Amino acid sequence: MATEAEEIRGIGHRVRRKEDDRFIRGAGNYIDDIHLPGMLHMAILRSPFAHAKINSVDGSRAQELEGVIAVVTGELMAQHNLAWMPTLSGDTEAVLATDKVRFQGQEVAAVIATDPYIAKDALELIDVDYDPLGVVINPEQAAAADAPLIRDEKEGQADNHIYHWESGDKEATDAAFAQADRVVSLDTFYPRSHPSPLETCGCLADVNPATGQATIYMTSQAPQLIRTVFALVAGLPEEKIRIVSPDIGGGFGNKVPVYPGYVVATAASLLLGHPVKWIEDRTENLISTGFARDFWMHGEVALKEDGTMTGLRVSLDADEGAFYADAQPSKFKVGLFHIVSGSYDLPAAHVVADGYYTNKAPGGVAYRCSFRVTEASYMIERLVQNAAYEIGMDPADFRKKNFIEKDQFPYKSATGFEYDSGDYHGAMELALEKVGYEQLRKEQAEAREQGRLIGIGLASFTEVVGAGPHKDYDILGIKMNDGAELRVHPTGKAHLKISSQTQGQGHETTFAQIVAEELGIQPEDIKVTHGDSDDTPYGLGTYASRSTPTVGAATAMVSRKLADKARKLAAHLLEVSEEDVELAKGRFTVKGAPDKAVTIQDVAFAAYTNFPDGMEAGLEGVAYYDPPNLTFPFGTYAVVVEVDADTGQWKVNRMVAVDDCGVRINPMVVEGQIHGGLCEGFGIAAMEQITFDEEGNCIGANFLDYLLPTAWETPRFELGETVTPSPHHPIGAKGVGESATVGSPAAFVNAVIDALWPLGVRNIDMPLTSAKVWEAIQAAKAGAAAG
Amino acid sequence: MLPSRFEYHRPESLEEAYQLLDRYGDDAKVLAGGQSLIPVMKLRLATPGHIVDISRLPLDEISESGDTLTVGALARHHDLERSDVIEAGYELMATAAPLISDPIVRNLGTIGGSLCHADPAGDWGSVMLALQASVVIGSTRGERELPISEFLVDTFTTALEPDEILTRIKVPKPGATSGGTYLKLERKVGDFASVATAVHLSLSNGTIERAGIALTAVGTKNIPATDAENSLAGAEPTEGAFAEAGRLAAEASSPVDDVRGSEAYKRHVVDVYVQRGLARALESARAA
Amino acid sequence: MEITVKVNGADRTADVEPRMLLAHLIREQFGLTGTHMGCDTTSCGACTVLLDGKPVKSCTVFGVQADGREVTTVEGLMQDGQLHPIQAAFKEEHGLQCGFCTPGMMLTGSVLLAEHPNPTDEQVRWAISGQICRCTGYMNIVNAIQAAGRTMSESKQDAEASVA
Repeated sequence: MATEAEEIRGIGHRVRRKEDDRFIRGAGNYIDDIHLPGMLHMAILRSPFAHAKINSVDGSRAQELEGVIAVVTGELMAQHNLAWMPTLSGDTEAVLATDKVRFQGQEVAAVIATDPYIAKDALELIDVDYDPLGVVINPEQAAAADAPLIRDEKEGQADNHIYHWESGDKEATDAAFAQADRVVSLDTFYPRSHPSPLETCGCLADVNPATGQATIYMTSQAPQLIRTVFALVAGLPEEKIRIVSPDIGGGFGNKVPVYPGYVVATAASLLLGHPVKWIEDRTENLISTGFARDFWMHGEVALKEDGTMTGLRVSLDADEGAFYADAQPSKFKVGLFHIVSGSYDLPAAHVVADGYYTNKAPGGVAYRCSFRVTEASYMIERLVQNAAYEIGMDPADFRKKNFIEKDQFPYKSATGFEYDSGDYHGAMELALEKVGYEQLRKEQAEAREQGRLIGIGLASFTEVVGAGPHKDYDILGIKMNDGAELRVHPTGKAHLKISSQTQGQGHETTFAQIVAEELGIQPEDIKVTHGDSDDTPYGLGTYASRSTPTVGAATAMVSRKLADKARKLAAHLLEVSEEDVELAKGRFTVKGAPDKAVTIQDVAFAAYTNFPDGMEAGLEGVAYYDPPNLTFPFGTYAVVVEVDADTGQWKVNRMVAVDDCGVRINPMVVEGQIHGGLCEGFGIAAMEQITFDEEGNCIGANFLDYLLPTAWETPRFELGETVTPSPHHPIGAKGVGESATVGSPAAFVNAVIDALWPLGVRNIDMPLTSAKVWEAIQAAKAGAAAG
Repeated sequence: MLPSRFEYHRPESLEEAYQLLDRYGDDAKVLAGGQSLIPVMKLRLATPGHIVDISRLPLDEISESGDTLTVGALARHHDLERSDVIEAGYELMATAAPLISDPIVRNLGTIGGSLCHADPAGDWGSVMLALQASVVIGSTRGERELPISEFLVDTFTTALEPDEILTRIKVPKPGATSGGTYLKLERKVGDFASVATAVHLSLSNGTIERAGIALTAVGTKNIPATDAENSLAGAEPTEGAFAEAGRLAAEASSPVDDVRGSEAYKRHVVDVYVQRGLARALESARAA
Repeated sequence: MEITVKVNGADRTADVEPRMLLAHLIREQFGLTGTHMGCDTTSCGACTVLLDGKPVKSCTVFGVQADGREVTTVEGLMQDGQLHPIQAAFKEEHGLQCGFCTPGMMLTGSVLLAEHPNPTDEQVRWAISGQICRCTGYMNIVNAIQAAGRTMSESKQDAEASVA
């Protein structure tokens, strides 16, 4: 019965992923791979105008095309009270436009047909009569006195201003600035980008006319939450709604919102009694689904002459698009932006934020932003870099001088966060050592003599993830407590059901490793289920790096519940008292008598066959976890670039990334997450941007305009790690999915600025295209010549 | 993004292809590699009623005979990249081929298709201008030959009549002491050029016998930098001469302000790239 | 139009409109959904398959163009129930996360290895520069393709040694 203790591949092991078995065979089950009998295909007609009144929508010609089953207009949706729907930020959003269109690409009508080619043909036959209106493409235009009113349908909305929000202590901050020896400021624009997962969004809605059961396959990062949202919005009974997230080809926050296409497809399925499939194409994805960033920021830091920072002020304008639909659960209007004091011991800080409507797609919180931490981290790391230069200090020394010290944790920040743990000096020193910082500065000086421009950029970020404690976080009132359900079978195998939904993060493997660590069942003997709202505990979704902090914790908790019962069963089998039983690596031994042992497999069998009187059979449980706090991963990134002043092109020669995300469940998976985030951060720094011309035409609605780096442009990454566990998390883990997108853009930009600072360049906004770099150099030269 | 309906024809001979075009003319498009045509059809910017698929016709041979390299219109960019004869004697072509689009598109895209598409950001157009190539065009009315400069008429416009097919490209063999290079500023692999320059140098007794310089993506079509070329003809290949050529080439370009950069930026890159291109071509020619 | 395509070694017939893209022919007519579509502009390469042994973007080929020719999809990588070394390497090296770009990456990688069994970092990155990955940052994709090359070279050496 008892066996030799073997190595249990739990926490810390580079377990190869179980989910890979189907993906490498091309046997993944993505939304467009799913077929149901009688399935119809939907295509959406979208507005060519950024802002226009709709006079009429006539689908009669389209209706006559062979193969077209139905044409759905805003008017039809309005009859069912579905032309508008609530957003996750307390606003409303059009499903199909009725009175006006408010951004280019907005949904106007839909065609349901027998095949997708015919559906596309039919779109050309829908006649819409528009009267174009004036267009607003940025917050400055939105705030102008004579700006066109975008949300004229909203009662009480007299202008394009959405919110004003503040954080921190204005008085204390003003005082700090009044006494400052120096003030350094920076205006920076974080451009609009897009998460652009390789698989676009889509759904297959199947409302069974006989049973009223609505099964909706959907690219969703939050199936259980979406079920509730659908129940509230569509008025369908919640127990009759089943949301199934199949394999998802990347999410990055793009697959959190409920998109109009999902609602229309579901309504169409309900009305037609057939399954309706809608898969958006790439243009639709880029022009209409949840974008990211688009923040105009102004930052100032107050300094003492010795380089100590005493105060921070940030004001920002947020471009929210036509509907305020940020997918973020905090009660703070700009999410967790107020982490903007970053890794620094800043006694006073004040943040002021204003949000505006513009004639663009809604969204804003997406693309591994950790609820606006990307914007905040960029602001502070660019500001700190410039402050260092202005005061004549090396940027690494300046940061070290101002870092929160290791012994100051838990640290209460000037804007109300309690950072759980950190060792910023540790990560910084490791990064500097790995990149060979001192030697690089020498090489840089030598290169300058030869007229070559080498730059070294740093970014020391503090991230905040794991939403969140119930007092501060909820979505539509629902608290962000995620769950895990675990059952061990008689033969010692197990089934774990989790509320989070993977889009590539490897949950089927990593969460099994948590159970393995607690109970000693090998990960390959644990089936992990996720994504089906009928078959998993309630959860608020996978985004903002929250799975490990919340679901990971719940998994550990439920495993420990089962371990407690298992100990009782083991005591029963070993005929000793519970206090004398120890559990390690799946073996229950008796204190003082190590030969007396039973395995977890023995115990599992006993749970069904040989359990003490009064004990319930079985070995299973469920746990929901209310995080006591968020967790705070951190790190230092160092980038070395060379700039060709003649063409403005720049190349990354080296990139070192030192991350600390606490305990690493599967280091291989963690490294993969960091690689991916660094590449996305590079893309954002170098080439990704969605812009709009004066007519509101979206430039960046396909991959010819919205540029994603290939393997050729993407640098190689050298990773390092420090491990500072989270003191409040059951396994000391912190979450890592977004650290690299948070920390890296500033590192890349700081490197280029570092190369160009001696030429007089002070800032270049992302993306740092070769043209912009060259223009910045020319402007600096002209400035130098003039001044 | 799906194409509209069309009738598909796959002629088994060039003659049959000519007859199909004769019949369907304006409402037909020739399908070679499809890597320019199909994307445009998916956007429904082109909605031909008839597609004449010539991609399997034997028009892909690359061969040198005497002083002429003949490249079949259906030669794929990939084949041009791998061609020994091009590697040996046509350096400008050899450096350009790997920079066209991306490696997968190069497996299907053809040089003929690229030239007929006549995108001002198309790379082969500039290469052929710099090499003073000519094209052979066929139809039911027979064949005609045209210098590339007359073939490339305007943006997306060539001298092809609706019933004609480009069958081959003829490139005069450069002298033994020659070199060339194609320099392409692109925002990423697969993007169209922001600016690109095709530079060829033939030397004779150490001086420049002929310079071929043509520009991509800085005008309404590929631009031969004629003044720059003339400034170098018969000249000593010095840094000063190259600087002057760069300046003239920049003047010959007419770039527009767009997301890839300002007019000033693009002109400047033309200047820089022509100078760099000439320096590399010279080095190569001297080593030959 | 009636066409016959040899798909992963077996003849398949279909009667399709000429405008049907090869990607849709493969996915919808032949039921092989391992080939994915990610964009509208021939930019991302998620749809990459082998046509007569060469990588092509199947979203930019009409299905009828494959008439009488050979197509290899990801489903054709396994031989006799055995994983192709490149499939095993992608799992071993964590060369995939969401799996959407993976079929195309493996097919292109396998063709590269046939020509360059021991490719450098640069050679691999150049070969896959027509394809986008959003999850991995390419690091482990490159590692996987190189690792597969090593495995295949070793097997080849072993096979040659046993024959000698």
